[in-house]
Amino acid sequence: MTIYDTLQGMAETEHDRQAQFENEMWVCLASGCASQNADQLADRLADLVKEQELEEKVNVKCVGCMGLCATGPHVTVKPAGQHYSEVRPEDAEALVEAAKTGEPYEPLYEPEYSQFFDRQTRIVLENAGSVDPESLEDYLVHDGYKALNIALTEMSPDEIIQEITNSGLRGRGGGGYPTGLKWSTVAKAESDTKYVICNADEGDPGAFMDRSVLESDPYRILEGMTIAAFAVGASKGHIYVRAEYPLAIDRLNKAIRRAKRENLLGNEILGTPFNFSIEIRLGAGAFVCGEETALIASIEGKRGQPRPRPPYPADYGLWGEPTLINNVETLANIAPIIRNGSDWYASFGTESSKGTKVFALTGQVNNTGLIEVPMGITLREIVYDIGGGAPDGRAVKAVQTGGPSGGCIPEHMLDLPVDFESLREVGSMMGSGGMIVMDDTASMLEVARFFMEFSMTESCGKCIPCRVGTKQMYDLLGRIESGVGTYRDLQLLRELCDVTQHTSLCGLGQSAPNPVLSTLHFFEDEYLSLLTDVEAAAD
Amino acid sequence: MPVRSRVKTFTMDGQDVSGHESETILEIARQNDIDIPTLCQLDGLSIIGACRLCLVEVVGWNKLVPACATYVEEGMEVVTNSERLQNYRRMIIEMLFAEGNHVCSVCVSNGNCSLQYLATKLGMDYVRYPYLNPDRTVDMSHERFVMDHNRCILCTRCVRVCDEIEGAHTWDVEGRGYKSHLITDLDIPWGDSRTCTSCGKCMNVCPTGAIVEKGKPAGEMIKRREFLGYLTKMRGVNNNE
Ligand SMILES: Cc1cc2nc3c(=O)[nH]c(=O)nc-3n(C[C@H](O)[C@H](O)[C@H](O)COP(=O)(O)O)c2cc1C
Ligand code: FES
Repeated sequence: MTIYDTLQGMAETEHDRQAQFENEMWVCLASGCASQNADQLADRLADLVKEQELEEKVNVKCVGCMGLCATGPHVTVKPAGQHYSEVRPEDAEALVEAAKTGEPYEPLYEPEYSQFFDRQTRIVLENAGSVDPESLEDYLVHDGYKALNIALTEMSPDEIIQEITNSGLRGRGGGGYPTGLKWSTVAKAESDTKYVICNADEGDPGAFMDRSVLESDPYRILEGMTIAAFAVGASKGHIYVRAEYPLAIDRLNKAIRRAKRENLLGNEILGTPFNFSIEIRLGAGAFVCGEETALIASIEGKRGQPRPRPPYPADYGLWGEPTLINNVETLANIAPIIRNGSDWYASFGTESSKGTKVFALTGQVNNTGLIEVPMGITLREIVYDIGGGAPDGRAVKAVQTGGPSGGCIPEHMLDLPVDFESLREVGSMMGSGGMIVMDDTASMLEVARFFMEFSMTESCGKCIPCRVGTKQMYDLLGRIESGVGTYRDLQLLRELCDVTQHTSLCGLGQSAPNPVLSTLHFFEDEYLSLLTDVEAAAD
Repeated sequence: MPVRSRVKTFTMDGQDVSGHESETILEIARQNDIDIPTLCQLDGLSIIGACRLCLVEVVGWNKLVPACATYVEEGMEVVTNSERLQNYRRMIIEMLFAEGNHVCSVCVSNGNCSLQYLATKLGMDYVRYPYLNPDRTVDMSHERFVMDHNRCILCTRCVRVCDEIEGAHTWDVEGRGYKSHLITDLDIPWGDSRTCTSCGKCMNVCPTGAIVEKGKPAGEMIKRREFLGYLTKMRGVNNNE
């Protein structure tokens, strides 16, 4: 019997155990809900089930993020499919009653949430909100480690890379670099030692896609990294995760320990000659440490600052060795691609951007939260069909994507399909997945200044244009916003955007002007109307 | 098997030039008397590509590249001095003048300062960006040297020479963005540093009047950098490997 057979046996036992229950109550225990006492709620539910001697009938299961983080804690009752939000421990009794009878508990029942979920396509988040992130058994029930078994026993490294290339997957860390191409570059690099790094620094303000994946489905990242390591010939891996994500770190640690015990990490993985180990490194929460060369410097114990590329990490990375560095969401796509094939994956999305993208939808929109949509969906569909439009019937003014590196897209362009190229063409960026909806009360200058302040304080200070340019732009935006700016200030602002964009050392400085440039492009009037000498502008 | 050529031929400002694959655009420019301004780069220290003054255009490449950190390639067409580059360089120098408190007339390095020299050379006659007038300190605690943070441009030559050549690593950078500043040891007064050997290398490589010798009247601080070339040559080290 192979190790994988044993695992399958575990999966069957777990499956049978789950199948005996008449009802299941899934309680979200990811950070959003946990911060609103979801753990107490889960305990209370479990106690009640015990008290009422329902242990054989009702299964209270802790699961990962369901996506609607603003209105937590969330509970889903299965198989009825009832969804409840803002559940307090006091409501536990009523919910158990609802689970028993099948009648929804009206005060907290949210039938219209189906709108939020219906338009989504879940690949990365397929297990989020339904699988117990701390249970390897539950992961196995949901096809966990099937991909790794296929990769190690049926495929060669070249075939895996070919499969990833064919899938059309592109990096989800912001740049959109073709993942297959990156893997093949690292695979070709000659060295006895290679590394795989999972970039879980996630520093964009308001972004929590990667955190959700790590908290909801940690094994998926381990599986993706292990497949990647086998494909490129690496034997060591690091997950660089920010220290502000304690729950994600905790779950990753547990998952790594368990995976080691079950021969899914360490020496002779699944009984094959392949060895791979993963270590977690904590980042101190600097945005710039998400930039790959700064991240590597940080792991090496140096000040987290980028260095000029080339050489790229694929050639000269951690400790000078060839290093594959991929984002959490990129790695979360690997197992499903290997499991279902590249053709399946490539059937989602557009010609140049395949698959799905996870966004953190926030701002002036009715349904905020984490969504996963197929590439090519329009912004309008996201904002109105999934997000339910702006609250209080207000008009949507613009949508900001790409965080501090992105831009604002005005309402009249919301039919734009969401893919890497389209967003870049209008001066924004896919970025890592922040999406902020603004209604007609929003000031575009304020938005630009908010992001500039972020870039200014997060600049590492190494290169002059980024260090000084962001500060100067921030000050000028403040002057204009407070009504004392002149036309000359606006000209200086444009000039600073140009020099910072084209001369900065890394992506932080190069893209820091984007929020200003895009608001200046689409909402120039807002800037002009605040100048003291509007007449000069007219000339 | 075709034989790999290690010598690359290409053009720089229209002139035919050649270089070994281990040489940078900057090195080839200097060999051919083509002047590319530099500030953070100093022969003998590791290359960090931070000041961005040496950025050049390569025809067909979509980004400007730092000459100090870019190796030569066959057939590349390098442009070192276009109007666009001159503008960017001037703006970068302007940013530095607006960032710190640079008052040349009262500076001991007046007349012997790389920042001042570049400003003159690049034709920066006045500063259009608002002066930030930062509140910075002067550390006089060392018995022989002074660190005037007002005049520091964060090129980190001192950090590198102290770490890479002297082996003391007394200097480092603390803080982020425009709040970055130099520190000695774990941010204690320089005079209290236990790692500083008082060798003076940091003072000699400092391009401005930030690190200077005590007791020099305005305009009389002349720095000597020749030692770096000899030292690295004698030791046979290359800090970029
Ligand atoms: C300032 C800056 C911050 C970044 N932050 C992140 C981050 O938080 N997470 C991430 O995955 N990539 C981040 N990146 C992109 C990484 O440098 C790198 O391209 C990415 O991790 C590659 O993974 P991918 O190919 O899977 O996208 C950042 C880039 C820059 C310039
Ligand atoms: S000399 Fe090349 S970036 Fe400073």
